Amino acid sequence: MLQLMVNGQKHELDIDPDTPLLWALRDHLHLRGTKYGCGIGLCGSCTVHVDDRAVRACLVTVSAVSGKAVTTIEGLGTGSQAVQQAWRELEVPQCGYCQPGMIMASVALLREKPSPSNDDIDAAITNICRCGTYNRVRQAILAAARKREASDA
Amino acid sequence: MPELKLTRRAFLIRSAVAGGGLLVGFHLPAATKLAAEPLVAPAGEQPVEVNAWIVIQPDDSVVIRVARSEMGQGIFTALPMLVAEELGCNWNRVRAEYALASVNLQRDNVYQSMSTGGSRSVRSSQELLRTAGAMARELLVAAAARRWGVPADDCQAENSVITHTPSGRTVGFGAVAAEAATLEPPQNVFLKEPDEWQLLGKPIPRLDVPDKIAGKPVFGADVEVPGMLHAAISACPVFGGRLKGFDAAAIEQRPGVVSVVALDAAVAVVAESWWQAQQALQALPVTWDEAGNGQVDDAQIRANLEAGLNVDDAVTMAEHGKPALAFQSAQRHIEATFYAPYLAHATMEPMTCTAAVHKDGRVEVWVPTQNATASLEAAARIAGVDPRQVEVHNTQLGGGFGRRGAYQDFVEQAVHIAKAVSRPVKLMWSREEDTQHDFYRPASMAHLKAALDGEGRLTGMVVRVSAPSILISLGRKADDGHDPLALQGLADTFYAVPNLRADYVLRRLHVPVGFWRSVNHSQNAYFREHFLDQVARATGQDPYAFRLDLLKEAPKQRAVLEAVAGYAGWGKPLPEKTWRGIAVETSYGSHCAQVAEVQVEDDGRFRLLRIVCAIDPGHVVNPDTITAQVESAITYGLAAALFGEITLRDGRVQQANFNDYPMLTLRQMPRVETYIVASGDFWGGVGEPPLPPVAPALCNALYAATGKPIHSLPLSAHGLRPA
Repeated sequence: MLQLMVNGQKHELDIDPDTPLLWALRDHLHLRGTKYGCGIGLCGSCTVHVDDRAVRACLVTVSAVSGKAVTTIEGLGTGSQAVQQAWRELEVPQCGYCQPGMIMASVALLREKPSPSNDDIDAAITNICRCGTYNRVRQAILAAARKREASDA
Repeated sequence: MPELKLTRRAFLIRSAVAGGGLLVGFHLPAATKLAAEPLVAPAGEQPVEVNAWIVIQPDDSVVIRVARSEMGQGIFTALPMLVAEELGCNWNRVRAEYALASVNLQRDNVYQSMSTGGSRSVRSSQELLRTAGAMARELLVAAAARRWGVPADDCQAENSVITHTPSGRTVGFGAVAAEAATLEPPQNVFLKEPDEWQLLGKPIPRLDVPDKIAGKPVFGADVEVPGMLHAAISACPVFGGRLKGFDAAAIEQRPGVVSVVALDAAVAVVAESWWQAQQALQALPVTWDEAGNGQVDDAQIRANLEAGLNVDDAVTMAEHGKPALAFQSAQRHIEATFYAPYLAHATMEPMTCTAAVHKDGRVEVWVPTQNATASLEAAARIAGVDPRQVEVHNTQLGGGFGRRGAYQDFVEQAVHIAKAVSRPVKLMWSREEDTQHDFYRPASMAHLKAALDGEGRLTGMVVRVSAPSILISLGRKADDGHDPLALQGLADTFYAVPNLRADYVLRRLHVPVGFWRSVNHSQNAYFREHFLDQVARATGQDPYAFRLDLLKEAPKQRAVLEAVAGYAGWGKPLPEKTWRGIAVETSYGSHCAQVAEVQVEDDGRFRLLRIVCAIDPGHVVNPDTITAQVESAITYGLAAALFGEITLRDGRVQQANFNDYPMLTLRQMPRVETYIVASGDFWGGVGEPPLPPVAPALCNALYAATGKPIHSLPLSAHGLRPA
């Protein structure tokens, strides 16, 4: 039995320990906000947080994250409100498929760098979007950072 | 893309009218019981279907049905806006839901076409939807007036409330909806003039955004039905080939594996989870019959297309003036040959479909589709049941771009597998399967020749395209060598070319081809617009001024070109190493011009600084959606121009995933400045029209920088890469 802590809840899973976290989340824990896009860690649609850092869930096995805190788009708490609000105000999503991954990557970036530069965003947001939401993603990250600064001040 | 030809009983009559507004007569089949999923209603009260598009809830909120597919382009908001504008409902309490293909079948095509492509959703259904809204409003008003015993003309509907103006009495939509649904619809209604619009033309927030930022929408890949199994699939890597054999025993003992299912040209593994199915599939020994295509490579394909440029029996798709004479009397000829490669769609969500073939003969599919009617027909065909036995549940689409409409291969496979295992099955393709089994944007080769007089004026053009045909391969057109799509933007060019001939040479290659965002405009605008820059520069003319001169009789194209040149500061000095390129195209009913600005280093690396875009879509439904679609089409077009190339070796696609079929990333994305210059006297599309200009605008900027024309795409093949 593998123990998984996802969105603050403990789960016991009787699955192959080599199962990628992505498929454990989607097919065993029924958390389908985390998406499959490439399976090789390039597109970022499966981005989740493991101990607060952005991780591509298709590349880590469930056994590797056992005992760590996994957060998915469904479990994003109040810390992400500024990001999601900026996303909403700037009407970022189009088809929406890559957006949970984009949001997870952005929340992790802002946690690490509360006032990211454009270069920081370039380096951190390597997620692929086929609809072309990139410029709005960038603007939303910058807007969320400003919003947080304003509320912290 | 052509419309599916379907008989329709719903008819539309236009009449000349006085007093403003468009008078339309319209018949919606009488309200019948709701076939859609039950809507939530307070105990004892029921939602009421006023007509096929509109359901009024007892609490006055409104459900508006959408018969086209939401794949990111925003029609889950734009189409309800068209209905709501005339209905007079409270927009803040509108919810969109999919119309069902089964209902469309039962009700004699009340929703008309459900095909979502050709940037057609708004422009081909705006009148139908506005009329449906106006009809429902008239019925609700009539019901209220009847209740009060007053003339309907004294009542008006706004914000989901009907008011009797003389007395000030009011009643909500919900209270009169049931009665309204029993009344005979009016024969004619007036539609608002654009200057009366309250919703249309405004940047209304998308209805689907709140769910999409919370991970809530159900995409095809997210469907779960009771008792469901998962399937992974591998189709014959060589197109046209067949499944010869496989060794199921090699994987049957693996955990979770339930079954191995043989299809004609594919094999699927069914398991308890998708990961188990995919792992087992990769370990399954399979042999294929390659049908003689196992030797085809890219060099052969290019040679085949090139040979097409020289055949004697080309089909002339357009001819006017005397092109031969023009070339005889010309002072100068300029010619060039171009190549555009095969491209995959690479939707973020790979192909997927969930199917259940029930014991009583009913069939259900849950599918991200661009055409629910086509999905329904495919499911019926494979299950061997009457189409009336099939229910299609549309999901959200993780991108479409033309991949999920005309081709229902993923639906056919899912139904086949579900039938074979007698359990509901969710089929999902791996990214590799998706890249290697697409219906690709056709590879295309073109030869363009220009005749010029002594002053450098274009007096004639002869164009030849050598490429496979989408329409003929689909069987939508007789196999006679004619394909009107193949010369989109070339045979029907808006430039004033006094003598023109446009020829098509059909090539038959084994690679499946299909509709890719903007279809043949995507190659042809690159050929034509990049060639025009070569002609302009060879004759010492400014590319913008050269185009303007050719657009004297094309005011709409001239307007977007002038707009973009103005906003981009065309002609003004640029910083060091910075260059501009300009291009214009009309496609899918709209006009679009772009200027690309690039900074080019000596080693060929460049930075995309900005794309300035002017678009004229006629009427504007939602300006923010248009801006988003411009950004979207530019991103999609740039990825293709920069890196996009599907190549063949041993009959197989060589690319498999985003490592070898790379996408544009956020870091490489230029600033996009969009200007909507709406002339307001037509309804144009927006999903595709901003795509065709971007590749030639970029190529023209790089050409300005390097002096070297770009005779084939992608740019990466020439060592031209974004920094």
